[in-house]
Amino acid sequence: MGKFDNHGLKAISPLGGHEPRVDAFTGLLIREVADRALASLAARQGQEEAVKSAAASYLGGALPAPASWSEAGVYAAWWMGPDLWMVSAPHDSHELMAGDLKQAVGDAGSVVEQTDGWCRFDIEGPRCFDVLERLCNANVRAGKAGDATRTSMEHLGVFLLCQEPGQKYAVIGPRSSAGSLHHALVAAAKSVI
Amino acid sequence: MIINHPILGPRDSQEFTYLGDAALIDRPDWQAENAADQFHDYLYLRDNPAGEHRELWFHEQGDRSWLVVTRNTVTHEILNVELARDVARARGRSK
Repeated sequence: MGKFDNHGLKAISPLGGHEPRVDAFTGLLIREVADRALASLAARQGQEEAVKSAAASYLGGALPAPASWSEAGVYAAWWMGPDLWMVSAPHDSHELMAGDLKQAVGDAGSVVEQTDGWCRFDIEGPRCFDVLERLCNANVRAGKAGDATRTSMEHLGVFLLCQEPGQKYAVIGPRSSAGSLHHALVAAAKSVI
Repeated sequence: MIINHPILGPRDSQEFTYLGDAALIDRPDWQAENAADQFHDYLYLRDNPAGEHRELWFHEQGDRSWLVVTRNTVTHEILNVELARDVARARGRSK
């Protein structure tokens, strides 16, 4: 647990609730996810291999290849751009992950705490394709598990992680626009279901 | 129009934004004797070719990488796409 636990304050989710929001449709569940810690990891110029090996020993698995995501134990990571990744872990046990990751990679990489910058919605169910193809121009029907696509939904830059093609995805977008992204997901779900 | 991203493969051009001539990579040395003249040319003078043109595109709705796209301005055919950082480093720009 973190060292700031006795503040008496109650955190709210990106949508503003005390509990993550869940919207259920026939064949689709949209679930707000608020329990992941995030940190970005960028390799400094000429240090790409050093970051990859340091991160691999910290995470217990290799950093994902371009346009993909992977997980090993409690950690998950996705590729954001050339020499840039986002690392994710359960918030309760890894609140200070950014600091630990920085210690692991040292001067070879730059780490930025990102937990409160993003909101995440997990969508599950057999209607995923119908909803996602109305929201973004990622080729979701041709996608496979492990794909991580940076695309746009509702004019917002988002990451789309495929956990199970057609069944299970995570959508990660900017936290300050969580309401708009949620609206887009729900509106698309209502229009097809 | 489809831009064949060097890392991500073919992507719709609506994901990209356009900056301009790739000659913008060759930023003049601000400490040169004639820096003012060089910066005047750098800022204001552009070629406007009917044919092959090297230009900077930004993958804004994608991986946020800058690209150097070689495009035929007459036919809009895209002939080559490179990562701008590779082009810049090959030209001695390493920052």
